[in-house]
Amino acid sequence: MIAHIAVILSFQLIGVVLSRLFLPILPGPVMGMVLCLIAFGFFPKLARATRPTAQVILSHLSLLFVPAGVGVVSHWSVLTADGPALLVAVAISTIIAMLTGALVFVGVARLTGSPH
Amino acid sequence: MSGEVWQLWSYLGEEPLLWLTLTLIAYLAGDAVSRWTGRAPLANPVLLAVLILAGILWMSETPYETYFEGAQFVHFLLGPATVALAAPLYANLALVRRAVLPLLAALLVGSVTAIASVVAIGRAFGLAPETLLSLAPKSATAPIAMGVSEAIGGAPSLTAVLVILTGIFGALIVTPMFDRLGFADFRARGFALGVAAHGIGTARAFQVNETAGSFAGLGMGLNAILTAILAPLAVAFL
Repeated sequence: MIAHIAVILSFQLIGVVLSRLFLPILPGPVMGMVLCLIAFGFFPKLARATRPTAQVILSHLSLLFVPAGVGVVSHWSVLTADGPALLVAVAISTIIAMLTGALVFVGVARLTGSPH
Repeated sequence: MSGEVWQLWSYLGEEPLLWLTLTLIAYLAGDAVSRWTGRAPLANPVLLAVLILAGILWMSETPYETYFEGAQFVHFLLGPATVALAAPLYANLALVRRAVLPLLAALLVGSVTAIASVVAIGRAFGLAPETLLSLAPKSATAPIAMGVSEAIGGAPSLTAVLVILTGIFGALIVTPMFDRLGFADFRARGFALGVAAHGIGTARAFQVNETAGSFAGLGMGLNAILTAILAPLAVAFL
């Protein structure tokens, strides 16, 4: 378990360093995920060994957003008088984006013969 | 409150231990309600935990900064969790490989729609240009969205709030919406959710199943990159 946490943290660390140096717009952890995936491709054993630890972390992914969520409530005032307009804009846009994304996915999957 | 109790409270209130513990307990309570309702979308554990904690902070007049002293230990794990997404992604790699074209098409359309529609709606409401720029990257994961917002002239703190609201709304709406419309392809559901509602959407997708979760994580990661490229282009239309 500790070894696998060390693996995950190492990829994050390498990702943070590389993104700072070469691709500052990309967050280090996202870069770390890409590197980790590439490493799994070369070493399937590492992927199998790391998976249970990764599953423990991911099974409570929701928990990790709680501090940021509390921040939203505490910083509610930044929404100012535009609050209702912002809420409606975010809600409608999220629905439209999810619908078009899923529709295009299913449509292209049918066209290219990639049924689920 | 008597003097001694007050002293104990002010001591505990300044310690990370209290707020870290309360964060975990509030989440467990939210998760218990979520399980009890059979993972009903409206009983979202993040939303419930946030409401509980915000209530406690409000009643105890605790500033968010004090709360975060303790909560930062949980917040920190977002980074390792992002890296850990590589594991389910690798396990579902065969599934992902077979869906490369649908993935890329849905990514492009989903990302463009997420940015363009929110700017267009905001504009119709007559929001100020700086507010529109803060809205544009709202579907990307928080660090990307805040960075993009700052780069294009938005307000990063407002963007952070909008990103979280987007995630929670996406996580709440996804199951009832796709169920009602009869979308049975969990690759498409998960991926579209990850693109539109980043990590909070991904967390919801993992509650449903691992296929949806893996595709959501992939959608989140790819949209993080694409939003960084596309959102600055939105400036040209303002």
